[in-house]
Amino acid sequence: MIKFENVTKAYPDGTVAVDGLYLEAPTGKLTILVGPSGCGKTTSLRMINRLIEPTSGTIYLDDQPTSGMDAALLRRRIGYVIQHAGLFPHRTIVDNVATMPVLLGESRQKARMTALELMERVGLPANFAKRYPWQLSGGQQQRVGVARALASDPAFMLMDEPFSAVDPVVRAQLQDEFLRLQREIGKTIIMVTHDIDEALKLGDQVAVMRVGGKLAQMATPSELLTSPADAFVADFVGRDRGYRSLGFTNVAGTVAVSEEAVVQLGASAAEAQARASGAWVLVVDGGRKPLGWAQPELIGGELKREHLNLSGTSATSTGTMRQLLDAALSSPSRRGVVVNDSGELIGTVTASDIVKAIEAEPHLETAR
Amino acid sequence: MNIEWLSRQFDNIVFLLGWHVLLAVTPLVLGLLIALPLGWWAHRSRRIYPLLVGIAGLLYTVPSLALFVLLPLVLGTKILDPLNIVGALTIYTVALLVRVVADALDSVPEDTVQAAKAMGYRAYQSLLKVELPVGVPVISAGLRVAAVSNVSLVSVAALLGIPQLGSLFTQGFQLRFFTPIIAGIILCVVLAMILDGLIILLNRWLTPWTPKVVAS
Repeated sequence: MIKFENVTKAYPDGTVAVDGLYLEAPTGKLTILVGPSGCGKTTSLRMINRLIEPTSGTIYLDDQPTSGMDAALLRRRIGYVIQHAGLFPHRTIVDNVATMPVLLGESRQKARMTALELMERVGLPANFAKRYPWQLSGGQQQRVGVARALASDPAFMLMDEPFSAVDPVVRAQLQDEFLRLQREIGKTIIMVTHDIDEALKLGDQVAVMRVGGKLAQMATPSELLTSPADAFVADFVGRDRGYRSLGFTNVAGTVAVSEEAVVQLGASAAEAQARASGAWVLVVDGGRKPLGWAQPELIGGELKREHLNLSGTSATSTGTMRQLLDAALSSPSRRGVVVNDSGELIGTVTASDIVKAIEAEPHLETAR
Repeated sequence: MNIEWLSRQFDNIVFLLGWHVLLAVTPLVLGLLIALPLGWWAHRSRRIYPLLVGIAGLLYTVPSLALFVLLPLVLGTKILDPLNIVGALTIYTVALLVRVVADALDSVPEDTVQAAKAMGYRAYQSLLKVELPVGVPVISAGLRVAAVSNVSLVSVAALLGIPQLGSLFTQGFQLRFFTPIIAGIILCVVLAMILDGLIILLNRWLTPWTPKVVAS
């Protein structure tokens, strides 16, 4: 657990970066500090490992005040990931990852073994071990940054905008992988971001801070969306929060899924016409995995791949209401494709079915 | 070129070359050792930087001959003592390298320094294991300038009668005989090139991590 007790950071020129902050980051959970620039979120993070010293107040690491500790020893207990990875350019990837174990007195050989395991864990191929940072892309460097922070198996981790310097596709990928990793390792993490979507996606709990270094609200992502504490939080969380809160609502059993007649590639136009409901028919492969929608009246001869309309997304029956609604809205037939966890077709739903389910249960159970 | 003179003088020329190397390289090493802490100080303090770099620039403008003559008064050495040359060239080397070392440390990416600190490196560990190693390319670039400059400055000491390749110039002028002058020039140039090459090799050995497209 990391705990802030009435922590203030004021600079000699009178600027108050953090103002009387109380905050608790529970053990094994990912707590996110989010807010506009100038809200003191990075300052708060950097006070935990004393890169910045608080002006007043106390920060506790598992009930021990950090102020009495040797700063270097304190930092060695905490993994640290920063925006541009901050890798050591003169060390190979494996030695970058081995930094903390070596610093803590492990033999270089043993530290490298640990490092290789961690590289695999964060999805870096073993042949990267002997490369230098400049030979890696931004996303790969960021993975090295995460592996390096984890190498000494610290109980705590601090992450300062870890995914914001990479392009959106890589960012989403790194976020997903990181969530999976955190589920396995269960570190006590505090992460700073300015991106509310990232906060809502990754956080077990989210602390929204306002300019002047005050805490505006601390809540789970779905609480932030459904009951923002004030106008600032509501505004910061964003406009389409009603829609986005569906991302925290489980589908499981709340919406009736209708059966959908299907055809396979190679079917004749007449067969497709017979199975179609309305203008569209759903096409699946041999394993009942959906391929796309087709319009039988446009098929001359047999059904081929080029006849498929691929615009529809699919939702899993264990996923969220948001995915389900998106599947219905994006489908050319207006029937959203629902699949099971192995991607096989279960059936389809319409947007009106989904909206009915939402209206029937205004307090749907949340996903976390 | 009088080949016969050269072969007769071979032993003497080798002797002069040896002295030249010694008088050029010793100050280079001493100067670097002194410039490292001074450069670190200049890098650490924004107020010290302009002061140290300013003094260094000023020192470099003192004419070498004047320094060779003045140093005995300060060091208490005899005017013909080679130590004066070592002292003077050390001053020039320090003057060149203080700024180079400070700039080398400044060139280390902020993210890298911050990461080292955040991972629990103490200040001296960060300096020795991260900042100086990452600053090596900048330092060796400065060292190359200092090495070549020292090789040429040493020859001025011939005017004081201290033996090194410059003695070939004075000898040639006095005898109105060009062979020693040409031999001296060629040896100076070759020596400068060899020192330069050695520093390039040393840099390459110390920095296997730099992208391989370095222009040298």
